[in-house]
Amino acid sequence: MNPPVRAEPVEALLLEAEINRLNADYASALDERRFDEWPAFFLEDGRYFVQGRENFDRGLPLALIALESRGMMKDRVYGVTQTIYHGPYYTRHVVGPARVLPAMDGDDSGLVRAQANYAVFRTRPGDSSEVYNVGRYLDEIVRTPDGLKFRNRRCIYDSEMILNSLIYPI
Amino acid sequence: MNAPETLSRWNRPESSRVPFWAYTDAQLYRRELEKVFYGPHWCYVGLEVEVPNTGDYKLSWVGERQVIMVRDRVAPKDRGTDPGIRVVENRCAHRGVRFCQQPHGNARSFVCPYHQWTYKLNGDLAGLPFKDGVQATDENGAACVNGGMPADFDLKANGLTKLRVEVLHGLVFATFSEEAEPLADYLGPQVMPWLDRIFNGRSLTLLGYNRQRIPGNWKLMMENIKDPYHPGLLHTWFVTFGLWRADQKSRMVMDAHGRHAVMISRRNDGGENKTVTDGVTSFKANMVLNDARLLDVVPEPWWKVPDPSNPGHDIMPTVTMITLFPSLIIQQQVNSLSTRHIVPRGEGEFDFVWTHFGFADDTPEMTQRRLRQANLFGPAGFVSADDGEVIELSQQGFEQWGEDGSTLCELGGTGTGGTEHMVTETLIRSMYAYWRKVMGV
Repeated sequence: MNPPVRAEPVEALLLEAEINRLNADYASALDERRFDEWPAFFLEDGRYFVQGRENFDRGLPLALIALESRGMMKDRVYGVTQTIYHGPYYTRHVVGPARVLPAMDGDDSGLVRAQANYAVFRTRPGDSSEVYNVGRYLDEIVRTPDGLKFRNRRCIYDSEMILNSLIYPI
Repeated sequence: MNAPETLSRWNRPESSRVPFWAYTDAQLYRRELEKVFYGPHWCYVGLEVEVPNTGDYKLSWVGERQVIMVRDRVAPKDRGTDPGIRVVENRCAHRGVRFCQQPHGNARSFVCPYHQWTYKLNGDLAGLPFKDGVQATDENGAACVNGGMPADFDLKANGLTKLRVEVLHGLVFATFSEEAEPLADYLGPQVMPWLDRIFNGRSLTLLGYNRQRIPGNWKLMMENIKDPYHPGLLHTWFVTFGLWRADQKSRMVMDAHGRHAVMISRRNDGGENKTVTDGVTSFKANMVLNDARLLDVVPEPWWKVPDPSNPGHDIMPTVTMITLFPSLIIQQQVNSLSTRHIVPRGEGEFDFVWTHFGFADDTPEMTQRRLRQANLFGPAGFVSADDGEVIELSQQGFEQWGEDGSTLCELGGTGTGGTEHMVTETLIRSMYAYWRKVMGV
């Protein structure tokens, strides 16, 4: 038997595996259009932002979507399913492996910071698939009796141009 | 050139039917760039607050030409009259290189990477390598000079293209044309009070950008914000929550040429009113927000102004949508403020750049409110995401039929002129009446 290349505490590997599963569940809920399940990935006062990299890098606060509670997320779901007119499309999220990031000063014990790259492809009826939105998730995750939940998920996208509109969550 | 004769003629005296070729013809579009964007019109390039310090610059666009907006050094004696904002074309005078590649930054001078031609912030050519040749020794051992620019080469005559610039209340406009009238005259006395109302005497803060690429002709975006008919029909939030709908006191204002416009209205409580909600499928009678902070409207003192068309009376609009031909929309919709810049990319596509701002004396709560209400606007907005979508579908409809089709804009008749209601397409007709004159069609 060869020794492991790098010694890893089993707990760290398990945590990464758990976050990867959370991301996979999250992506499948969106890609399978189970939008009503989306707010439950967050705490009741969880926050969700989709923000262009240029604003993020320059410390400008504007986001493309800025939601500060599950209630606002439910309002967004109502918007994307009932009120915003848009041409139909499918999404496919491809999420890279999660990296657990070091805690920051003042973090609560139990808060996990993590990051993962994502690419979202859009397919419209009768069309080929196209690269729709590419970026990274910057997450604050906490463990609850119902499993891991996002306290804050920021989708920081590299794509300089939104291809017309962005309707469904990323 | 080879365009069929019919393309140069508008087939009716009025401007209430807009031919599809106005949106789809590539040659016509090239003429639009020359006559509209590079002709005697003022184009928006940005906000002064985006370049606060000497040497700060950002890239922007006038039509399809990329330009640099930069804050130049200003001598103390000129500071009272010269805001120091310059706009120069991002194209080296030597070999035409688009030399500046960083979207924003701070520079002491601009240097083209290809041959290191160096420009001052105001676009003057400061110098170039080997201008006076290279000292060498000839075959007889005598000192000589190899090459160099001709003796009469004039640095002053070989700078960057400098645009004329005017700054109004922190909004920066530029033009390539020597013929464009002064900016205040260009905007006109009908529109100016509505710009004063938002901007006059206030310092702005930059909240950030959203950018979208919309596959439609650029004029469709102008039309969208000159069209008070659609918001209470397409946009559920507007009709349901009373942000904009046909039972409100409103006014359509335009300049003397019909090219610029302001749509002004005052919010009501929304809810059912059969004259404007009956049969309107976007109206959701029982819709309530789970989190009311998304629409936490707080009136601001500056909303109330003397009524420009009714001296002695005040008016307190909650929404003013200003279209400044050809490429700027300024939005006040309750507490959300933004400029929206149209950057054309061929006859069938444009980029739409949203710059959200607030005021330097906003409380943190007001800043938060403006950011929350930004959820309504932009490429993902509860309201405005639909606009980009229907523009794309319009362009598709024009392209599938061909050049002999036309759109129909006859709500409120076929004429042009302001109204005291929103059940009209007069602003669209007025813009096309002006556009026809400019384009000679």
